[in-house]
Amino acid sequence: MVTNITNLGRSGVSDWLIQRVSAVVMALYTLFIVGFLLFSSDLDYATWSGLFAQTWMRIFSLLAFVSIAAHAWVGLWTVTTDYIKPAGIRIAAQSIIILANFVFLVWGIQVVWGA
Amino acid sequence: MSNLQVSLYRYNPETDSAPHMEEFEVDTQGRDLMVLDVLHMVKEQDNSLAFRRSCREGVCGSDGMNMNGKNGLACITPLSDVVKGGKLVLRPLPGLPVIRDLVIDMGLFYKQYERIQPYLQNSTQPPSIERLQSPEERDKLDGLYECILCACCSTSCPSFWWNPDKFVGPAGLLQSYRFLADSRDTATHERLSELDDPFSVFRCRGIMNCVAVCPKGLNPTRAIGKIRDMLLADAT
Amino acid sequence: MSNMRSLSFDAIIIGGGGAGLRAGLELAKSGKNTAVLSKVFPTRSHTVSAQGGITCAIASADPNDDWRWHMYDTVKGSDYIADQDAAEYLCTEGPKAVFELEHMGLPFSRFDNGRIYQRPFGGQSKNFGEGGQAARTCAAADRTGHALLHTLYQNNLKHNTTFLNEWYVVDLVKNANGDVVGCIAMDIETGEVAHIESKATVLATGGAGRIYASTTNALINTGDGVGMALRAGFPMQDMEMWQFHPTGIYGAGTLVTEGCRGEGGYLINKDGERFMERYAPNAKDLASRDVVARSMVMEILEGRGAGEDGDHVFLKLDHLGEEVLGKRLPGIVELSKTFAHVDPAKEPIPVVPTCHYMMGGVPTNIHGQAIMPDAEGNDHIVNGLFAVGEVACVSVHGANRLGGNSLLDLVVFGRSAGMFIDNALNAGIDYLAASQSDVEAAMARINRWNESEEGETVPELKRELQQIMQNDFGVFRKEENMEEGVKKLAELRGRIAKGYLPDKSAVFNTARVEALELDNMMEVAEATAISALNRKESRGAHSRYDFPDRDDVNWLKHSVYFPVEKTLGKRDVNFAPKTVDMFEPKIRTY
Repeated sequence: MVTNITNLGRSGVSDWLIQRVSAVVMALYTLFIVGFLLFSSDLDYATWSGLFAQTWMRIFSLLAFVSIAAHAWVGLWTVTTDYIKPAGIRIAAQSIIILANFVFLVWGIQVVWGA
Repeated sequence: MSNLQVSLYRYNPETDSAPHMEEFEVDTQGRDLMVLDVLHMVKEQDNSLAFRRSCREGVCGSDGMNMNGKNGLACITPLSDVVKGGKLVLRPLPGLPVIRDLVIDMGLFYKQYERIQPYLQNSTQPPSIERLQSPEERDKLDGLYECILCACCSTSCPSFWWNPDKFVGPAGLLQSYRFLADSRDTATHERLSELDDPFSVFRCRGIMNCVAVCPKGLNPTRAIGKIRDMLLADAT
Repeated sequence: MSNMRSLSFDAIIIGGGGAGLRAGLELAKSGKNTAVLSKVFPTRSHTVSAQGGITCAIASADPNDDWRWHMYDTVKGSDYIADQDAAEYLCTEGPKAVFELEHMGLPFSRFDNGRIYQRPFGGQSKNFGEGGQAARTCAAADRTGHALLHTLYQNNLKHNTTFLNEWYVVDLVKNANGDVVGCIAMDIETGEVAHIESKATVLATGGAGRIYASTTNALINTGDGVGMALRAGFPMQDMEMWQFHPTGIYGAGTLVTEGCRGEGGYLINKDGERFMERYAPNAKDLASRDVVARSMVMEILEGRGAGEDGDHVFLKLDHLGEEVLGKRLPGIVELSKTFAHVDPAKEPIPVVPTCHYMMGGVPTNIHGQAIMPDAEGNDHIVNGLFAVGEVACVSVHGANRLGGNSLLDLVVFGRSAGMFIDNALNAGIDYLAASQSDVEAAMARINRWNESEEGETVPELKRELQQIMQNDFGVFRKEENMEEGVKKLAELRGRIAKGYLPDKSAVFNTARVEALELDNMMEVAEATAISALNRKESRGAHSRYDFPDRDDVNWLKHSVYFPVEKTLGKRDVNFAPKTVDMFEPKIRTY
């Protein structure tokens, strides 16, 4: 057993599962948005903000944002452990990624749920 | 004369500061020799060439090497399979430290093999005869137990190149599944819990170089998939 | 020299094949400080090439099978110079040793009832030769040796055996009393030479088929154990007895298991005739190996051989069908495609008798203790020295080994030597330590090669040795040829003693290993040649034109080769099994 403290789920299976489930959510969200954009005949600000005014859409978006953050963390954590061998630089890179992930997530929540 | 150009990776730590390629010419008399035969002919020209070999029939796994860019066993690889443009290029298996010429230090490879506890574990008292196993149960071990530990697979695997100390690698995982799949083994849960981290199994990215190079035609990627399924079933 | 590293163990095992690993396992399980020294990583040992199986009366294929029938076959197969107490031990302990292997995880093939699959092999019978062909060889497809060797290595890992892998043992170290108290060994990776002290030294170095130009043996089978024992002055037994396996692939020498004929394959000559029906009307292709090999050579000599030079015959398997071949003989399909360019499901495989197994070796008792017979034929135990497996001559194979008995030999006697040494260590072993000069004596030949400045090189000398053995000591032997061969070998010995090692580097110097191996091949070849010349009869694998018959009056004996005098003596065969009546020597027909 190889021990790790920085990966998301603390176990290989949970990371693997998170990666797959989050990918499915992201795919569905993308399909929905693309479909909405294609099939809305006259897309204007009102339609767009109307969509995001609905609670289910806000929940769906939140789910997508959390999925993106989790997916990005699992994936980028893997990349850093593959390619960045010096521990100091790796921890620094991982910290920046965590911070960026966090900022984007909070910002996304603020955009969708704020005001 | 039908001369074959042989380009060989040379490194002797006692005299060389860095490895280099050295050119040889071998007269094959037009025969489609095995790569190992060619190595023996080169060694008669230059006694100092080092490589491992034993059974010369593809069952001991000593002479795994990189031949014109592809890993395989020198003793069962005919020249016609690998030579390109009249030239044979031989290098040690990639990704592990070189001791001398084509001889690599396989320590990390063996360590990963030992890590998966490659022996049958059964907590029940054995009967006075053999433990029974149906032919169907035994069939599940086909394609697994035949591994010869030549390291062609693990040293062709980018995930093993990056993390040879943490990722078990295709050879070790194939053997891990050989015991997980054995109806006589009772340590399934313990074995799985030793593999449930982000490196040991999950660094497999399904690149399938292991399948492409295995000289015994085995499929480690499929075995890894099965381990993953078992881990998922065990953990959820 | 004084700065040479010294390592100390309770027991050392020289050789990491089946016999060595089984002995090592026994000692490691009981917590003894044991080291296995192997010149290759253990799973690269030649046991890995064994294909067909391990013969043992476990009563799976036939619930009424009996170890006495197996013993009868073994003794008859040996042409009656197997020691019957040893054959009895082999056949009675066999089932225990095989079941242990299964419990350790060996992936045997299975019958529908879940028991271990057994196939017919040559020389097997039921009811003391009266009940027809038996199926007594336990198999893991046609990769039984591979499965067995890996299983044993894995269980040694489980029990934390110390492995000194890629260490080459140069010579035995004897103390002033002549006891064996360790060895000199070289770490191939670094070139470091170390003195290894041990209370029990087990030779498990396997065979020496590489003394012949054409052999089924691995390149590493150079008779290292025989070489070091002979140099230490210990005699060898039955060294003229070399088995030629009927089915080596023509040209390449790689083995095609007897299991092919066990599964229903048979040999044909160039006319497509199943010629074994003429030579062995009952057992046909499953007569014992010496009989089949001789019949094949007769066919070739009488002009019924196939190919341009009429120098081989064929093994026909296509009638078995792809399913049986794929299930029971998958490795053979692979090998014959690679080395004979033939798909056995469609065409027959070209085969020829090929040097396969050394029945002779270090004479031992059933505990693996090396025996030193004196000129009067009295046995003396050699303190500290043991031998197991092919390097040993217990003797259970006599003048001809039965197929499937070698793997059984490895595990039964590896185990018994392990148990004996374990008990001896518990009781306490104390030999005089080796002196500086004892150690230096064992360093002599490696120093010689290291200081060589000119002379002939190893590959050419080796080729010459192999040609002499191939031409003068093959399946059929002639007095004049053998006399000539002995002379040529004596001359070659002088040249090898002046041989030249150009590469003196330390790290992974395989040229040095090959030079040291050549010394051992020379010892084995000479012991073989002198023994063959002086056994003036034909028995088992030893067939002479000038003495075509078995001579039980003079030669119902082991031969014993004394290396110092280079003479051949005799030693009594054991005819006193403990629990059954002895098997009387009879005319041997199949």
